[in-house]
Amino acid sequence: MPAHPARGPGSPRDHPGSPAVNTTPHLLIVGAGQAGAHLAGSARDQGWKGPITLIGGEPHAPYTRPPLSKTFLKGQTPLSSLALRSDAYYTQHRIDLVVDEHIDHIELAGDGTGTATAATGRRWRFDRLALATGARPRHLPIEHADLDGVLTLRDLHDAQALAQRLTTATALVVIGGGFIGLEVAATATAAGVPTTVVEAAPTLMNRVVSAATAKIVATAHRAAGVRIRTGVRPLRLRGTNGTITAVELDDGDELPADLVVIGVGAQPRDELARAAGLHCDNGIVVDAHCLASDGHTIAVGDCANLPDPSPASDGTVRLRLESVDNAVEQATSAAGTLTGLHRPYRSVPWFWSDQGNLKLQIAGLARPDDEIVLRTGRRPGQHTTLRYRGSRLVAAECLNSPADFLAVRRALGEETPLPRVTAADTGLSLKEHLAAARTPR
Amino acid sequence: MPKIFYTQPDGRQTALEATAGDSVMQTAVRNGVSGIVGQCGGSLSCATCHVFLAEENTDDFPPVGDDEDEMLDCAATERQDNSRLSCQLILREGQEVHVTIPEAQL
Ligand SMILES: Cc1cc2nc3c(=O)[nH]c(=O)nc-3n(C[C@H](O)[C@H](O)[C@H](O)COP(=O)(O)OP(=O)(O)OC[C@H]3O[C@@H](n4cnc5c(N)ncnc54)[C@H](O)[C@@H]3O)c2cc1C
Ligand code: FES
Repeated sequence: MPAHPARGPGSPRDHPGSPAVNTTPHLLIVGAGQAGAHLAGSARDQGWKGPITLIGGEPHAPYTRPPLSKTFLKGQTPLSSLALRSDAYYTQHRIDLVVDEHIDHIELAGDGTGTATAATGRRWRFDRLALATGARPRHLPIEHADLDGVLTLRDLHDAQALAQRLTTATALVVIGGGFIGLEVAATATAAGVPTTVVEAAPTLMNRVVSAATAKIVATAHRAAGVRIRTGVRPLRLRGTNGTITAVELDDGDELPADLVVIGVGAQPRDELARAAGLHCDNGIVVDAHCLASDGHTIAVGDCANLPDPSPASDGTVRLRLESVDNAVEQATSAAGTLTGLHRPYRSVPWFWSDQGNLKLQIAGLARPDDEIVLRTGRRPGQHTTLRYRGSRLVAAECLNSPADFLAVRRALGEETPLPRVTAADTGLSLKEHLAAARTPR
Repeated sequence: MPKIFYTQPDGRQTALEATAGDSVMQTAVRNGVSGIVGQCGGSLSCATCHVFLAEENTDDFPPVGDDEDEMLDCAATERQDNSRLSCQLILREGQEVHVTIPEAQL
């Protein structure tokens, strides 16, 4: 679909880059993170001719977040190597990158054109809007969560603060046994900071991996020195002179702490979209073409609530995906929507999490009641949990088994059937099993 | 300053000046060289940074590691003797590196 000529409010003066006579419509992307940066580049690659403005509220050019809880926190990744694109890239691709401007308000006309206003008062008129505003850490409704020494981790600023604290901390309590919490725990423990993870659910990474995988992961973390407490909740935080001293648990225990990291999930940043009148429900509701309820505005990445893109899905299940893969693949699909290619977003979702020496990779989306087939690999520490829905392979959780992960990701994409009995046979590698399944008999 | 020459499957070549300490993958992705995706940012999780390394550069980098080896076996384009994951090719000052990009990464 070609973008509409500008008829929205505001004068051409609002955006010096967009010409008064609108032959080259202006694409404005709010949110300069993984999804926004990829959308800008991909729209250009796929033929968007007009000006592209990419606006971010942080004082940095788009950067990659995964190292923030891993190598960056350890001090192994310098700041300079987090950037997703070089400065020259934006110039060469005629992407006007604006950083340190937080968009506060969007006026959206019925045809998808409008004006965005930043907190500083700067305004941009657009012919087409894309929202890539990401997510923010979920708030923990607990007493004294505002004590000094209680942190969350989402952006570079948070990571720098946490890295600084870790140099002096003597007791860290991580609230939440999800990916980020466990990554921080592994990193902190390796750096010599005694660490306890508190998870309310009976197993770690409760919503995203099977109990079988969670158990192996917990064992590995314990062996590395992380203390793990499952099935207990923090009741309140205690402090002296405004600084954290302990976490009180609902089973009566009290854990001393001079540093607390809260990692209890993320919430979509959809308030701009809501205020602009777009339908939001746990994120900005979009269709398979990444179009919001007005049929014009694009939303991508962590902020979007989308139909399950898995090849096996019938599109009725909606979800939010918080992964680099989703940010990149959804943005690629959205760029096609902007330039008229109209490819619906179809992809095998995948995710990785490096927790100390553990490499966890997940391909596909499992539901809690999907059955499991466990495979042990040839190298020590290699485990793969295959998830079956009836006779159908729907996902895999791979520990230190990148080859299995790649084999399953491909099989799910091609919808190659892999019978359960075959899968259980560890005499052949998964790659070999799948190659055999692929060969027509 | 290290220099990298990327050759596309159709023979087109891009030459880039790189920064020592960065990888062949990072340099490509940051500058928009098509055909190197590098989704996992170099943490050996995606195998979307597969390249064929020129013979004259074989000894310029540490040998293929265990995870890299397993992943190359399952890369989207069939592995060859000179296959590498370019995120594992960390550049040193003064190097000149030639790589060819495979047909498919995903
Ligand atoms: C610590 C950490 C570790 C992670 N590890 C992994 C991992 O190992 N593997 C994996 O697959 N994924 C991982 N993720 C998830 C992955 O980073 C996200 O899914 C991805 O960054 C989502 O991209 P996004 O562009 O949607 O959001 P973001 O990257 O969050 O970008 C959104 C940007 O929009 C900006 N913004 C928001 N509102 C406005 C506004 N009104 N005006 C201007 N700017 C605005 C924000 O400041 C932010 O910079 C991790 C995330 C974190 C935080
Ligand atoms: S960038 Fe992912 S394996 Fe190299």
